[in-house]
Amino acid sequence: MSISPQDRALIKACQAGLPLVPEPYAQIAKQLDMTQADVMNRLEVLLGQGVIRRVGIAPNHYKLGMAANGMTVWDIDDAQAEELGALVGAMEDVTHCYLRPRKRPVWPYNLFAMLHGSTRDEVEEKRQHIVQLLGSAVRAHDVLYSTQILKKTGLRLASKGAT
Amino acid sequence: MQIDDTDRQIINALQTGFPIAPRPFALAAERLGLAEGDLIARLARMKDAGIITRFGPFLDAAAMGGAFCLCAMEVPPAQFEAMTRTVNSFDEVAHNYARDHRLNMWFVLATETPAGITETAARIEAATGLPVFQFPKLKEFFVGFRVAA
Repeated sequence: MSISPQDRALIKACQAGLPLVPEPYAQIAKQLDMTQADVMNRLEVLLGQGVIRRVGIAPNHYKLGMAANGMTVWDIDDAQAEELGALVGAMEDVTHCYLRPRKRPVWPYNLFAMLHGSTRDEVEEKRQHIVQLLGSAVRAHDVLYSTQILKKTGLRLASKGAT
Repeated sequence: MQIDDTDRQIINALQTGFPIAPRPFALAAERLGLAEGDLIARLARMKDAGIITRFGPFLDAAAMGGAFCLCAMEVPPAQFEAMTRTVNSFDEVAHNYARDHRLNMWFVLATETPAGITETAARIEAATGLPVFQFPKLKEFFVGFRVAA
């Protein structure tokens, strides 16, 4: 799917964040020489298409006291992986859940589920819930705690159009 | 800065579904029982303090024709700092975390084309002399957005 130059300009104008003023879409419209109605309409369309996943806040877990961040990883039989992944993804404590390829022999795991907590003990407790849920379907599992954020910038579009 | 219960309510309520309307803060504030100006001031304060990393539309790189890919490397501890600088110098590296595992560096590549992932991973391999393991998502289980503040 390709996006029009105008949508690209709109996304670029929004990607660092919406201006914190009473009429943010009007301010963006002015910047882009569009009308406020056009800006809102295009944002709705992009949201409907899934180009924009959501509009809202990205909180910093660490600053909220969620210092422990555990990437739990599971080796689940491929035949059951989709069904069990959906169950894990539906758990209240899981913030992201994906199936990914294994990299044997270094990496036997195919299901990834992210857990956050204020301490590692809290994450461990949450992890035990997944252990119980998955039961004998798990062949091996592990948890990788983050020890440092080395970089966090998020997606930024380059200044020029995509090639 | 310390956040209070109102700030927590704001964080819990506004992770998704921020209104697209002429006066969106007024609408969101009304739902939270706040004044428009108070909501804006609180968001600005939390953004300045880094409690909110970003506020606005979140893009799906894949829907725009691009791609995201989780990658990992096994970096010798003695080289960790130098390799961090090298890896972080790539604009395509959106996040990078140290983790306690044999694969001790985990980063996300975000590129504007699917081909950009493999190409960037190859450039990182050339720059570091280390293999880059790619873990593209094969399936995502939708979990909503719910960080309880």
